[in-house]
Amino acid sequence: MTTASLADRTTAVAARATELSKIYGQGETQVVALDRVSIAFQQAELTAIMGPSGSGKSTLMHCVAGLDSFSSGSVRIGETELGSLKDKQLTRLRRDKIGFIFQAFNLLPTLSALENITLPMDIAGRKPDKQWLDTVIRMVGLSDRLSHRPSQLSGGQQQRVAVARALASRPDIIFGDEPTGNLDSRSGAEVLGFLRNSVRELGQTVVMVTHDPVAAAYADRVVFLADGRIVDEVYGPTADLVLDRMRNLPGGNPQTPEFDAKGRTS
Amino acid sequence: MFRTALRNVSAHKARLLMTVLAVMLGVAFVSGTLVFTNSLSGALQNQSAKGFDHVDVAVTAQWKEAEGDRVGEYPELTRELVDESAAVPGAARAIGTVQGFTAIAGKDGKLIGDGFQSQGGNYWGDKDPRYPLTDGRAPKGEGEILIDSETAKRAGYKVGDTVRMSVDGPVLEPVITGVFTTDDGNVAAGGSLTLFDTASAQKLFGKPGTFDEIAVKAKAGVSDTELRAQLEKALPSDVVETTTGTELADDQAEAIAASMSGLKQGLLVFAGISLFVGTFIIANTFTMLVAQRTKELALMRAVGASRRQVTRSVLIEAFVVGAVAAVAGLVAGVGIGAGLRSLMGALDAPMPDGPLVISSGTVGSAFAVGILVTMLAAWLPGRRAAKIPPVAAMSALHAQATTKSLVLRNTLGALFSAAGVAVVLAATTMDGSDGQAPMGLGAVLLIIGVFILTPLLSRPLIAAAGPVLRVFGVSGKLARQNSVRNPRRTAATASALMIGLTLITGMTVMAGSLQKSIDKMAASAIKADYMVSMANGHPLSPDVEKKLKGAGDVTATSPMRNADARIDGETEYLTGVNGATFGDLTDFPVVQGSFEIGGTRVVVDEDVAKSYGWKAGSAFTVAYGDGEKQKLTVSGVYEANELMRGIMIDTATLDPHESEPADMMVMVKTADGTSDAVKDSLEKALGSNPAIRVQDKQDLSNEVAKMFTLILNMVYGLLAMAVIVAVIGVINTLAMSVFERSQEIGMLRAIGLDRKGVKRMVRLESLVISLFGGVLGLGLGVFFGWAAGELVGARMATYELVLPWQRMGIFLLLAAVVGVLAALWPARRAARLNMLQAIKAE
Repeated sequence: MTTASLADRTTAVAARATELSKIYGQGETQVVALDRVSIAFQQAELTAIMGPSGSGKSTLMHCVAGLDSFSSGSVRIGETELGSLKDKQLTRLRRDKIGFIFQAFNLLPTLSALENITLPMDIAGRKPDKQWLDTVIRMVGLSDRLSHRPSQLSGGQQQRVAVARALASRPDIIFGDEPTGNLDSRSGAEVLGFLRNSVRELGQTVVMVTHDPVAAAYADRVVFLADGRIVDEVYGPTADLVLDRMRNLPGGNPQTPEFDAKGRTS
Repeated sequence: MFRTALRNVSAHKARLLMTVLAVMLGVAFVSGTLVFTNSLSGALQNQSAKGFDHVDVAVTAQWKEAEGDRVGEYPELTRELVDESAAVPGAARAIGTVQGFTAIAGKDGKLIGDGFQSQGGNYWGDKDPRYPLTDGRAPKGEGEILIDSETAKRAGYKVGDTVRMSVDGPVLEPVITGVFTTDDGNVAAGGSLTLFDTASAQKLFGKPGTFDEIAVKAKAGVSDTELRAQLEKALPSDVVETTTGTELADDQAEAIAASMSGLKQGLLVFAGISLFVGTFIIANTFTMLVAQRTKELALMRAVGASRRQVTRSVLIEAFVVGAVAAVAGLVAGVGIGAGLRSLMGALDAPMPDGPLVISSGTVGSAFAVGILVTMLAAWLPGRRAAKIPPVAAMSALHAQATTKSLVLRNTLGALFSAAGVAVVLAATTMDGSDGQAPMGLGAVLLIIGVFILTPLLSRPLIAAAGPVLRVFGVSGKLARQNSVRNPRRTAATASALMIGLTLITGMTVMAGSLQKSIDKMAASAIKADYMVSMANGHPLSPDVEKKLKGAGDVTATSPMRNADARIDGETEYLTGVNGATFGDLTDFPVVQGSFEIGGTRVVVDEDVAKSYGWKAGSAFTVAYGDGEKQKLTVSGVYEANELMRGIMIDTATLDPHESEPADMMVMVKTADGTSDAVKDSLEKALGSNPAIRVQDKQDLSNEVAKMFTLILNMVYGLLAMAVIVAVIGVINTLAMSVFERSQEIGMLRAIGLDRKGVKRMVRLESLVISLFGGVLGLGLGVFFGWAAGELVGARMATYELVLPWQRMGIFLLLAAVVGVLAALWPARRAARLNMLQAIKAE
């Protein structure tokens, strides 16, 4: 939240990775998950990260979001360099500056929808901004479901709660890990619509990992990863365009995206 | 893949270990309780057992029933009868025995052993076959004694030493002329036995020329019954009774069993409770274990295993786990049982001594609990798992714990609890001993009821803790919600602590209340500064009062002299007191008339007055022990208490009719009140007699309280076990919960809950569960303490419920400590969870 970013939101960078590498194991069994990746995520932009199984797209997101450690390079969220942060500071950073939407297990079953939405603020011990909260809740259309438990909500409604939670604390950037992976196409479209609206209307920055070309088509920009490197980039994508580019990636297999989603989890 | 597999194995190892641990604890709890209680009752039993090797037929005096105005009595067993017994053809020998209380002081001048364990007897002739001498020679005259080898060893006495001892008052300082061995159970259990020559023993025990029993030994080849027939023919049948040694042994065994039955029952209840808790922990753990493995079992089904095979594989695993854990648990249980005893010893808690008893029942229950319960506990969830269609189980993303309706459970629990409360309440209105059985039944019903109801109770009780937890922010809020998330599990976890605390609180409340009421009684009714009595509760010689009268600073004394009398053809006990001073020494509430004792004027308590229909001013005729009659007048009716009751008469009126005045107690008032110096001077006046106790009011009530101290100590021992079980139970539950909720915890970490927050969340959940168990236990315990007090207190005018707030606070704190300790490891584990691993769905 520097004066520069306030002055010119469209060009400011919300998060940036520079020469980011992530290497598992040593010697023979060494696996390079990320290979000197450099990328910047512009403010008020919806970015989709795509790539085949094992391309490193999830690892990239986890490293940039401060969920995972990296081997070399640097990651910045706003002005903060993540590499030098201890666990406690990282936790605080995630709490205050970052919002998350996961594929599943997004909500605590013991809390009501509203309590789930305000959870990050509760953890921080902050009072939510009432007006902003109302705006967010109205946007995702949950006003009449606030006292319900997750088990009383449909999958799409649950994911809308997760979107509202990510938005409610006005983070610098929201990361989504296959946010529509467990939803039917209609609910998925709804959730993606909310994410895009939050970018267009509220100036929110969103980065999501997805395997679905239709989901990627909602983004302002699609980044393609393969073998731990950025291999392609598309602005203003359509589903067909994305599908076409995917087909040309090394190891790409766009015909069977479902397997990509389910099989590549550990 | 390899990594995942490895992780799976290690996860299974932890789970398996946890299960083994849970079963082991269940078994240890049960077998520890059994070992502890068996050893305790064994020791108590030995204490009163006596050998009958030297008696083939025992000849005893036959009780002559009271008749008309004559009081009942035993005829004398004279020397002639002993000689006649020895003269029958089948008799090898006949020994006349005399027994009595003999206090013997150690080198420090203090009584050796407890009063009731200090026995004395006679050494028959020059060589008594009953007591083989290991050193020295037979005693002659009052100046010489024998002591048993155990006592000699304990006190450091040897032949030639002079000891201080006393039988009925005066201090004697005889020389030890010999040391003997004996199979007497009392000695084996820590008592002492002192022997005199026969004439001295008869004189000292106040039975000159007579014996308590004639022990006749048969010649070789003569049977007990034959000898008995000969003796019955030779001896006057209206004077003696004959019993064979076998019968004596049987009678004794029966008598001991009868006297132990109350205690045994109590201990069995403990064992039953421990079995119940142990079973529950095992069942609970296995249910969780199988539930977690639903997927694995479904996979087996998918690749072609039949339902039966799945169930069987679960059962085999349960059998192995059960067997291993049963062995480990039995060993641990024996250790716990032995440890408890030595702990009690170290804490100076009175516990009878004896060998560790590991009965076949203990071993049997250990294996029954370990194997059968584990298999049963595994069978139900295993069957359920086998029934799940393979596809459904495989595709379920994460198996939600099925929240089966608690309606049936709650109804059942409510019924049990209501029945329990009703029976307990009904029992409180009954009379003392009549109410005991229903009270016990009601207590068991209520405990079972509350046990069944714990899931229901967990919600409101834990919700009540909400405001406190809110202080801890999100962690507190989540902890509260997590702890009511699976009410069954929370309930099962809290129950071990609940039961332990119920027992301990109930006993503490009751003991405290009784102690208080006895203190109050002593304080309100007794004005005397000191009470002087024999260490074993036997009567004092009248000399004692005379000596006390002469002691410096003593302003008033009165004996409490017991005498039998007949009134309207019934045996009644008279208490002879010094009418002139008694008013200065006591202060009984007078219901009617005036408290005036002297001449033919007596006072009676309410019960006596009621049963004879007397009022102040009534007159009645009494027949004394010597047969003489006198007309007495009731001057007043007083309210009796536990220490003193009955008809009180002036000693001056009573004494002429009593050949052997027996003072149960002498009350003393001094010019300076109570102080160590006064007590010392009184003890000196009595010749520093080890057999005589000089007690102030506090000593007196402490002594009465001693009997609950033993029980209380036992319960504390059992509580310690319940606490250990509770800690492991809570660890187990928390570890399972952390495992199940790893994804949630990962999510919480991702959105910004730091490690400290996660730790705090788990710790608070643990604390909430433990305190929940603690509060339930305290509540139930207070209720039982109150109810039992009502039952016992009905007979005590001064009974009053005292809630030991301080102790109860300590118990609750203990529950909290259990919670904090149990959470250490699971909380660490939760905080260290790898976020990404946790978030990623399997």
